[in-house]
Amino acid sequence: MEPISIEGSPKTPTVKFDAGEGIIEIKGRSIPENSIEFYKPLVDWLEEYKKDPLALTKVNIQLEYFNTSSSKCILDVFKKLEAIHKAKHDVEVNWYYEEDDEDMLEAGEDYESIIRIPFKMIEIAE
Amino acid sequence: MGFNIDDYYTALTGDNVLLAYKGSITTDFINNVLDTVEAKLQDFDEESKIRKKVYNVLVESLQNLYHHIDELPDKFKDEYDIKFGILVISKENSAYKISTGNFIRSEKIKYLKDKIDKINSLSKEELKDMYKFILNHQKLSAKGGGGLGLVDIARKTGNKLNYMFQSFNNEFYFYTLEIFISESK
Repeated sequence: MEPISIEGSPKTPTVKFDAGEGIIEIKGRSIPENSIEFYKPLVDWLEEYKKDPLALTKVNIQLEYFNTSSSKCILDVFKKLEAIHKAKHDVEVNWYYEEDDEDMLEAGEDYESIIRIPFKMIEIAE
Repeated sequence: MGFNIDDYYTALTGDNVLLAYKGSITTDFINNVLDTVEAKLQDFDEESKIRKKVYNVLVESLQNLYHHIDELPDKFKDEYDIKFGILVISKENSAYKISTGNFIRSEKIKYLKDKIDKINSLSKEELKDMYKFILNHQKLSAKGGGGLGLVDIARKTGNKLNYMFQSFNNEFYFYTLEIFISESK
């Protein structure tokens, strides 16, 4: 599978999806007016990856800001990962949040309570 | 005389205003506002917790405006730009206030009013549950909204949403929303 590599912009995140390494990374800001347009290819990629994933998929989410429109799309990403996890492949989610950013920690906890994959909450010093 | 939008705007733009605008709400406008406000928050040396809250809430309120403005009929186009809205950001003492205004079709008022009243009646925990329910059960609308914006704003600010619907004519009202972000929350 071709990896996805997208440079971040002021309104969209840096993305690295690599099937060879089993790495799924979304970092930066995700505040576009139309988030479906941005996330559709990512969700489609995961649908394909799901068919033959590595024994361990490592997921790193490190967002500074995301809007509510992105929050639904991010849930779609997690739902694909949950399906991989359900099919008995390991999925490790690292949810990064900046020191003092309780809102971002809570956002991670919201996802963790909806998606049945263990999350690791990782605080990063500013 | 009915409600006057210019008077309302003037009343909002007193002292302590960081940014005031009335006109078309476009993507370019939103991008400019976000850049400007982010730079100002940096200048104020605001603690990162507040800076992030203000920025987040601003993103949601601008995108709410962008997605939900109702267009007036053509006969008003000399008076009001297309996608007309107002945005005023001010800081009083240690609290930030974001005020938005836009035209709304009268038949939509009840739904919106009920929604805000409901949000205002909920505790922090109940808001969290409502957010998670909508997140998990409602599809994104074609507009990209999804009905989470106001819930998210209420959750992040911990404050009640202040709103008004002022009659413009038979078909349209002017909807104003005031959001407060204070440091202690």
